[in-house]
Amino acid sequence: MSTVSSLPESVEVSREVRPAPPRYRNEIGKFAIHRSSLCAACGRCVETCRHGVHVRPEGYLHVMRPFDYRCIGPGCGETESYCIDACAHGALKLSANPVSETMGDRRWTPDLLLSTWAMAETGLPPGNHLESEVGASGGGFDRLRFRFPDSPPPGLRREDISTKLELNRRGDSRPRIAIDVPWYGGGMSFGSTNIRALLGKARVAKAFHGFTCTGEGGYPQRFIPYKDHVITQVATGLFGVREETIQRAPIVEFKYAQGAKPGLGGHLLGDKNTPSVAAMRETVQGVSLFSPFPFHSVYSVEDHRKHLDWIAHVNPRALLSAKVSTPADVDMVAVGIYYAGGHIVHLDGSYGGTGAAPNVAKKNIAMPIEYAIGRVHEFLAAEGIRDQVTVIASGGIRTPADVAKAIAMGADGCVIGTAELVALGCIRCTACESGRGCARGIATTDDELLEMVDIEWCTQRLVNLYAAWQRMLVDLLFRLGLDSVSALRGRTDLLTHLDYEHEA
Amino acid sequence: MPAKYAIHHKTAKPRFRPIGKLGIVDWREDCSSCHNCVKRDCVYRLYRDEADTLRDEAGYLDYIYQCKGCLNCVQNCTKNILTRVINPEFLRLGDGYYTPDLILSTWYQAETGKIPVSGAGYGGPFSGPGFDSMWTDMSEIVRPTRDGIHGREYISTGVDIGRKLPHLAFDDGRLKVDPPPLAETPLPVLFDRIPRHWNRGAVTALIASAAAEIGTLAVLDEADHRENEAAARGRAIPFLTAPHPETAQPGGAATLVMIPDGPDVLEAQAALKADHPGRIVAIRIPADPAAAGRVATLARDGADAIFMAFDRHGRENGSAHPRHMRDVLRDAHTTLVRQGIRDEVTLIASGGIAAAEHVAKAIICGADLVAIDVPLILALECRLCGECERGQACPIALEEIDAEFGVRRIVNLMAAWHSQLLEMLGAMGIREVRRLRGETGRCMFFEDLERDTFGRWFGKRKADA
Repeated sequence: MSTVSSLPESVEVSREVRPAPPRYRNEIGKFAIHRSSLCAACGRCVETCRHGVHVRPEGYLHVMRPFDYRCIGPGCGETESYCIDACAHGALKLSANPVSETMGDRRWTPDLLLSTWAMAETGLPPGNHLESEVGASGGGFDRLRFRFPDSPPPGLRREDISTKLELNRRGDSRPRIAIDVPWYGGGMSFGSTNIRALLGKARVAKAFHGFTCTGEGGYPQRFIPYKDHVITQVATGLFGVREETIQRAPIVEFKYAQGAKPGLGGHLLGDKNTPSVAAMRETVQGVSLFSPFPFHSVYSVEDHRKHLDWIAHVNPRALLSAKVSTPADVDMVAVGIYYAGGHIVHLDGSYGGTGAAPNVAKKNIAMPIEYAIGRVHEFLAAEGIRDQVTVIASGGIRTPADVAKAIAMGADGCVIGTAELVALGCIRCTACESGRGCARGIATTDDELLEMVDIEWCTQRLVNLYAAWQRMLVDLLFRLGLDSVSALRGRTDLLTHLDYEHEA
Repeated sequence: MPAKYAIHHKTAKPRFRPIGKLGIVDWREDCSSCHNCVKRDCVYRLYRDEADTLRDEAGYLDYIYQCKGCLNCVQNCTKNILTRVINPEFLRLGDGYYTPDLILSTWYQAETGKIPVSGAGYGGPFSGPGFDSMWTDMSEIVRPTRDGIHGREYISTGVDIGRKLPHLAFDDGRLKVDPPPLAETPLPVLFDRIPRHWNRGAVTALIASAAAEIGTLAVLDEADHRENEAAARGRAIPFLTAPHPETAQPGGAATLVMIPDGPDVLEAQAALKADHPGRIVAIRIPADPAAAGRVATLARDGADAIFMAFDRHGRENGSAHPRHMRDVLRDAHTTLVRQGIRDEVTLIASGGIAAAEHVAKAIICGADLVAIDVPLILALECRLCGECERGQACPIALEEIDAEFGVRRIVNLMAAWHSQLLEMLGAMGIREVRRLRGETGRCMFFEDLERDTFGRWFGKRKADA
């Protein structure tokens, strides 16, 4: 790890989309193309396919093994670029890829994983052969749909549509910070996640004038070049919370609770507590770290106010954010955050999270974010303070469509976590916490597994993902006839739910 | 502070290889024998350990069938010939209620005694029938009225079984009334009698021993009770089915006995108490559409404890459209509350309690405590294949099970459930499970959340949704 003095104060990160190919030899797609020994290397397939499945490098006689993860499947048969029909030797065979259907789960279906990978590779919206908007959970976001007007208003141009999000609405003396896209990266701690992935998150935050968050594991020195885009988190374990890390941050986030384990503290199992993690957290290597719940300095609204005052005085330029979970009275909690001086109310719903959590807590405690957003939005409006505070929703935001739905229900923006990890190659095998950590090299602190990704690749994958999301969000706003993402807030009239009778 | 109740767990590796979820197979010919998959790519060393594992089965986590599915070997295979499959045997496990995942999770808990933990958020359906349409509430930090400040280790999971007085009366500072006897269990989970086809070898004896070891109670058929009284060490509840047993001392010396409901059930209760003033009688009623009314009648007429038996999937009996325990319990509980007699009687719910979260949820719906049966057998490695019911040989040879091993597995499962119950109570800011009973304010129901959110925006929910 570099020393502070050798690090630049600031670096530039480009948001240019560049191909970021998968890091595995055999990327997984929805379909498999098998080329048999009947192949005569005539090259017809290379000429026919427009999706990059068949490649013959210049000067080579043989065609490479098909990049079948790019294949769009039998639907291609309707087009001119269908290699199966084009092959004069009958050497190509198209089938469903058996691996793909074993991946993911009800929330992150195989299609959502594959489409996120496609976006991270190309920076473009995924093809129509993948369902890239909804999962199969059977409720909430997955049953909500937009109602589009017949035609967008004349004169609306995609390039004029704003996706900016203002974070300080209090009108106080603190900076007015706006981010380019209405989402930012969620807290993942040093210790839970590969530092290279964390730096990739910090760098994409820099590129999009957005934010990432330290999580509760302390502030790695290597974040310093990106410090204007790193939120310092103050969580119940207070790991690595120091005066300088508070003063360095443009936003300080209090983590009262987190969606994956509402009512329980943070949770880092012993195997991941390596020497560098232990040093950062000032703990003993190899010991499991269970953060307390709740903050043992906050037992009332008054204590909460003192808590925020403390940070406000240590850093007079920071915006204050409070991350809370979604209990039945989440609306009251949100009002409490505002009156204690918070700029951002961050609601973390129960179906998200990236870290280790008891299964019993993931499924059964606190409400899904879809129920909390509208409740908070309308309650704040009734209190007359809705426009003085920014509401951020997280915990199960997987796609730009989820972002848009959350905003239509009343949030200002979102925080994402799992989607970023999926872009880096997460397959949701859910074994993040075990042994040496993530076998994909993402959520790990193991020296050998760390090597599976590099910072540049992580950055580019995330830049591409953000670019694709922004493009898809703009497209959605265009189809809805809105000129900015802020105009979408609270527009439940633009939504419909497949399980309800309402039609208008 | 009082002594903490803890269930000590000790690893109990399975006797038979568990059925895993994932496996790696080659689906095309043409292996180049590069051995990358074996030598380099499996970070869990599963391929390398395979030979050893097959010889000396080392436990749940070590089987080749316990592939974690990280896909490194599949994605790095030189010839792209590997693929991952879901074990078809896994998909055949259990049924729609006792799902393969639930069974695997139960096995894990019975082996390790630990809470199942995983990363990457929740991946299941948004909600579902029965208990899956409930979310327990949690105590957000800024509310001073919650008592989350107490250490989780001092949360009490103890409950009392028996009749309670509506109020005490004093005469000149001295208690004027005689409080009825109460039996205490440190865990709100009893062990119910298991169906005959599972009652093989040492199974009943070990269930009784496991109950005794953790201080809870096990319901045993009368004949089984006589045989296993020693193993139960006073923690068994004999189920006395004959109304006028020929034996002079029905139920032996048991403090708690259970009888089936019937027209003269309260006379039977009185007879059983006649010679045993300290005895508590639980009346077992089938949970049917009339159950709430029957519960109220029995409670009013002096029943100590009422045991409501639901079917194996937690549904009421004898109805064309059976309601889930969730709704029946709320019905029975609120009926008693309205009549002002809820605190006088103990309600026990059994059938369909399949996971730790169901214990908390059934109690929220109004039960004082629950009883379990199927999870006990799952802990003993049962696969719910149903061969025994068809008179076939049991693939896990339940009849040969070693009693000590079986006790270990059940104790482990209860240790894991106890820890999970503490997690949930801690998150709710509730210090003792007695206070959770009927506490629907600590819970959110699917239909309420839908109505208050989507209902306001989108009107009526479709009937078939």
